[in-house]
Amino acid sequence: MRTSDLLEETLSAVTANKTRSGLTMLGIVIGIASVIALVAIGAGAQNSIAANIQALGANLLTISPGAQRTFGSTVSSGQGSAQSLTAGDADAIAKNISGIKYVSPETSGRYQIVAKGNNTNTSVLGVKPVYLPVHNLSVESGSFFADSQVTNYAKVAVIGPTVRDDLFGENAENVVGQTITIKGVPFTVIGITLTKGGTGFNNPDNNIYIPLTTAQRYFIGNENLGTISVQAENAEVMTQVQTDATALLMQRHKIAEGGTADFRILNQSDIVSTASSVTGVLTQLLAAVAGISLVVGGIGIMNMMLTTVTERTREIGLRKAIGARSKNINAQFLAEAVLLTFFGGAIGVFLGWLISFIVSYFNIVAASVSLNSILLAFSVSAGVGIIFGYYPARKAARMSPIEALRYE
Amino acid sequence: MIECSSITKSYTTGGEETQVLKGVSFSIKSGEFVAIMGPSGSGKSTLMHILGALDTPTSGSYILDGKDVSKLNDDELADIRKEKIGFVFQAFNLLPRATVLRNVALPLVYAEMPKPEREKKAKTALLHAGLDESRFYHLSNQLSGGQMQRVAIARALVNDPAIILADEPTGNLDTKTGEIVLKTFQELNSQGRTIILITHEHDVASHAKRIIHIKDGNILSDETNHHQIILN
Ligand SMILES: Nc1ncnc2c1ncn2[C@@H]1O[C@H](COP(=O)(O)OP(=O)(O)OP(=O)(O)O)[C@@H](O)[C@H]1O
Ligand SMILES: [Mg+2]
Repeated sequence: MRTSDLLEETLSAVTANKTRSGLTMLGIVIGIASVIALVAIGAGAQNSIAANIQALGANLLTISPGAQRTFGSTVSSGQGSAQSLTAGDADAIAKNISGIKYVSPETSGRYQIVAKGNNTNTSVLGVKPVYLPVHNLSVESGSFFADSQVTNYAKVAVIGPTVRDDLFGENAENVVGQTITIKGVPFTVIGITLTKGGTGFNNPDNNIYIPLTTAQRYFIGNENLGTISVQAENAEVMTQVQTDATALLMQRHKIAEGGTADFRILNQSDIVSTASSVTGVLTQLLAAVAGISLVVGGIGIMNMMLTTVTERTREIGLRKAIGARSKNINAQFLAEAVLLTFFGGAIGVFLGWLISFIVSYFNIVAASVSLNSILLAFSVSAGVGIIFGYYPARKAARMSPIEALRYE
Repeated sequence: MIECSSITKSYTTGGEETQVLKGVSFSIKSGEFVAIMGPSGSGKSTLMHILGALDTPTSGSYILDGKDVSKLNDDELADIRKEKIGFVFQAFNLLPRATVLRNVALPLVYAEMPKPEREKKAKTALLHAGLDESRFYHLSNQLSGGQMQRVAIARALVNDPAIILADEPTGNLDTKTGEIVLKTFQELNSQGRTIILITHEHDVASHAKRIIHIKDGNILSDETNHHQIILN
């Protein structure tokens, strides 16, 4: 039998009962569409989590004092219990370790802020100007404070756009030059940072930045640091910088080798890989659930093919009587099953792509359908057709022509 | 052309063996028109299945065109049917949703003939079987019983078979239409085709040139139908 004839026979058989073929295909359509969409959304989520972490600053090592904390709580409530990090530590790291671009010493705390009778409670970070490049932050209006203002304990503040909205009203103008009080201490607003958007871990738009020294004098009460952010020159040297910084701090804090450190270094790439492996596992789980619906769809195909074979017993008998070999009959019914799943797969790929497109269009997640998942979907759907069409086709091929012709 | 010697066929049902054909021997030459007659249950269809290479005998030999068909496997039997046999069934057995032309051309699909050539042959066969050209593109379930049987005859003709086997071809038709179908067989025979007709009706058998009577799996008589010879 020629391939073109096989295709023609198959197509006419499948289109003969459109409703039934359509309903049978639906299982495969739903299965493939959900696999495609879920994998695309999963990949999109993974990308955006990685991008969000990178947005907090690229190639970052975060050194914090005291006992180990779970990552994610970068906004500490006041100082850590063991107040072990000092400006000296930060300077020593900058001076002695190679592969470092910037070192940013920081303190943080949550305080009550008042301006013009409005109240808010938010994070106040004591930083140096180097904070800007390290954390990818920029100023929209006004300016950031200079190193000289840090040295002079200046009572100036740069506020995030959310803080501005809370204290002065939505998109209020002429905020630069106004006075706010932080925990009763008056500060002059000299700048507003550019909107970055929430990042899930902390929202830089809702922060207030003041000179490090000012924060230490008025709010912390000592010279200790909350965190030291170290930006490595590139991703490759991060491990080396981390090892060197650990060794240096152990030595400075006079902790014997093998002793428990009174600080902890968080490597950003660790966070990225942990976060993406979590979303990766989630994606795989969802895809597996979608895969189960493919199996259910396949069983639907098998059910319909068995019905078809029984209904067309006489036809099978006739085809054999006029010279069809068993393999011709086998090929015909297998082709019908594969055609159904293949069509179903094609519609499913389109539907999955459409779902991913809509999800991306409404900015929920930037879902990306990969060529690989499309190719996989097609081969899986054809495979489902072969697996679940095999038994019905074999049943048809093995019929005795005499009995098949006699079938009522 | 056909050489049957001592053909037997037995079925075992429920542990009990019943012999349906009990040693049938005869030969049929090319160009003959033979009717096989007998009462219901005498083994006519069983014999036709063996002659048509749908089944093999339990013992005995069946030589078709010099080839022993009695020992072939399923695929070899399918090839014999494809090349040498044309079947006409009582129940027509047309594909209901296919056109007349596609039904007739179907045997050639398995002979791997290209489509244009197939359709040309199918049209010639349909004209031979006496179907009007205006019906060629109708769906087969839009035809009358007589027309359906002509389509079935055309399908049996299309692969230029050595023999045409017809099992009760008029069984589902009224007397008048049956007569027309039988006339078609006679015309095909006068063009040199070998035809074996199976029936239990004497009127039908009388259209053949030779009548073989079987009963209980044995040949009762095998005689020339002088009436038809004289008519010709
Ligand atoms: N597959 C089978 N298994 C068992 N017995 C069978 C089988 N096929 C046929 N028979 C028996 O063989 C005998 C002959 O059957 P066959 O169909 O050849 O008769 P027939 O002469 O064609 O009858 P009719 O004129 O009614 O069609 C019957 O008694 C039938 O029961
Ligand atoms: Mg019979």
